[in-house]
Amino acid sequence: MLDVEFPRAIGGRAPDVFRPGKWVEMRCYSDSEQVDFAIIGTGAGGGTLACKLAEAGFSVVAFDAGPFWRPLEDFASDERWQGGLYWTDNRVTGGADPVELGSNNCGRGVGGGTVHYTMIALRWRPEWFKAKSALGYGRDWPISFDELEPYYEEAEEALQISGPIDYPWGRRRKRYPRRAHPVNAPGLVLARGCERIGIKWSPLPLATLSSPRGMAHPCVYRGFCAYGCSTNAKQSVLVTFIPRAIKAGAEIRDLAMVGKIEMGKDGRATGLHYHRNGGWHFQEAKNVVVAGYAIETPRLLLNSKCDQFPDGLANESGLVGTHIMIHSGPGVWGTFDEQIRQYKAPPCMAVTEHWNYDDGDDKDFHGGYAFMSQGPLAVGWAQCVAINRGMWGMDLRQEMTRYNHVAGLRIVGETEPQHGNRITVEDEKDQYGLPIPRMTFSYSENDKKLMKHSIGSMKAVLEAGGGKELWVDDDTSHLMGGCRMGDDPSDSVVNKDGRSWSIPNLWVCDGSLFPTSGGVNPSLTIQALACRMGDRIAQMAARGEL
Amino acid sequence: MSEFKTRFPDYDVLDKWDSPSWNDQTRGAVRERLEEVPERHFLSAAQWSLLETIVDRLIPQPDRAEPVPIVPWIDDFLHKNETPGYRYADMPPMREAWQRGLDAIAAEARKRHGKRFEDLPPVDQDALLTDVQHNRVDKQVWGDLPAGGFFLHHLLKQTVGIYYSHPAAWSEIGYGGPASPRGYARIGPEERDPWEAREVDVA
Repeated sequence: MLDVEFPRAIGGRAPDVFRPGKWVEMRCYSDSEQVDFAIIGTGAGGGTLACKLAEAGFSVVAFDAGPFWRPLEDFASDERWQGGLYWTDNRVTGGADPVELGSNNCGRGVGGGTVHYTMIALRWRPEWFKAKSALGYGRDWPISFDELEPYYEEAEEALQISGPIDYPWGRRRKRYPRRAHPVNAPGLVLARGCERIGIKWSPLPLATLSSPRGMAHPCVYRGFCAYGCSTNAKQSVLVTFIPRAIKAGAEIRDLAMVGKIEMGKDGRATGLHYHRNGGWHFQEAKNVVVAGYAIETPRLLLNSKCDQFPDGLANESGLVGTHIMIHSGPGVWGTFDEQIRQYKAPPCMAVTEHWNYDDGDDKDFHGGYAFMSQGPLAVGWAQCVAINRGMWGMDLRQEMTRYNHVAGLRIVGETEPQHGNRITVEDEKDQYGLPIPRMTFSYSENDKKLMKHSIGSMKAVLEAGGGKELWVDDDTSHLMGGCRMGDDPSDSVVNKDGRSWSIPNLWVCDGSLFPTSGGVNPSLTIQALACRMGDRIAQMAARGEL
Repeated sequence: MSEFKTRFPDYDVLDKWDSPSWNDQTRGAVRERLEEVPERHFLSAAQWSLLETIVDRLIPQPDRAEPVPIVPWIDDFLHKNETPGYRYADMPPMREAWQRGLDAIAAEARKRHGKRFEDLPPVDQDALLTDVQHNRVDKQVWGDLPAGGFFLHHLLKQTVGIYYSHPAAWSEIGYGGPASPRGYARIGPEERDPWEAREVDVA
């Protein structure tokens, strides 16, 4: 299985992700050098923020527990081999509806989950930032769409999103940086079905190149996006913000697992303890940013408890780890007379956000969902069929021979923030001696109504698109919440800038900030928030407010 | 047993080994799978033999002189303790789940039939496995191990995952397989690049 044993980003250089065997110069800091920002995690939140802060002139060290991949050299076209891309440290998953973790939603390595994401780059529905006051459910965010809109644009520009000229939902926007990709067969099934039942659909805006950029060539439609892009067409954080961050003077410290944030007597964080090259080290820092995603961020804050903060850091409200959300993801599959061959091109190329934007009477639930065309590869498809249909023996082998005639749809379905859905830490320790996390998750009644409604919608579209012998599967995607931002210290973990209410030099910058989950993929919103945080921190520094 | 029929009798994904659809990284990964099948390290000889029989029911390969190896790779990830990155709250750690689950299937067979699972006729083997899948098992034998959870999330998921990681399985379902650096030029319905599987009518 794909793995890298020793750190690569050492001795004043880091891997050049664009040139096999080559290196780029990288500024390196000593542990005793008090850097402006120590960032934990280099994914959509941490990697993006590391770039923004370094370009603003701050000294930055960003830590990642996983390797610094060289996509052109490391990545094979193989589902099983690429298993090394996922976070597989021990975790417990429970509750009435335990969530599958690992490859389903957790990345490991520089670039984080963006290395294996499906590149869907959608903006939040503007009203979702005021879900409670505008739509009557969930919570309001402490930030508005207007405030975030320029940062969506910045993120889309940085990732050179390929998208349609007239995306039919949301506020009117300027054109995407690059032209949309042609839609593959599963996407055209969605299109056909939507047109026949009279709802809108669109090609998806995607973070994979439709024309050359620098040393990266356009997407060749190999279809392995969820297992790492071996051509660099995918605009992951690893090949976009990370090279920019390094060029601007940031250090990326790979294979460096952060175990604890240290607190000073004055109530400010003094730095962090990290494990690298077989031993523990301590990096001094003026500010610490936690960007480990919705499980590892709360876990680190809880595991950093000390005499001064016996319940963990930033946890006066008792909210750290609570209100964790996922996207529900039932799917509907059908068999088609024609050959679909769903292994080609990015797995999701077409979408309908009809039920995100329509607030009509046919909805018997709060919130929304989008659904996308799908493209599982051989292993993923076989496991989906076997587990969901309980199928095995010759029946399974025979069913699998229809793979090329299958297409399906899957929702990204909003779930409610619930206090009992949370991250806690166990007595059991991981390989570093750190208490392992437990995720507890149960769907609410509203979540279940939403899923039921979505299955009806997907069946209607897939059937209208020509699908036969429809069946339903059960899946989930994404993690959000756990350190929500807000306007009220008693009701949130951090403020709208991601800054802890109680520890002024401790920040959070990742999907755990989300107060609600929305009905689209979270990465672009995480990156927009990170871009905004970078600007806000620079402004505050200029005013002496750090 | 019904006869297995593929729609892709003249397709072998390995024919692309030296083509622009495969690169050195992928050849390395697949070569290991084909040529370096691991020895037994973790399971006992009895557990290994039992698992061979179970796997042969989950993925029967009567059409092959040399079946795709599955048990060696299960033993290998157990030996290396390569977990999927989570365990369900009602399940013990991965290695313990496999040890206890296999031993429980063996004990269940002895209790019901007075025989080793391996010595049962296939129809009884399938009936027993179906009962395990649906939690119709002897509580005294299984203790607090969820039989259906072990069957679906460990036994079946891994067996199927390993089988469909093999080029022989890719070929029989007409899957394109590795696709770097070339990828695909034709991606619409009914479109096929010359390096993709040609489907024949098996009806």
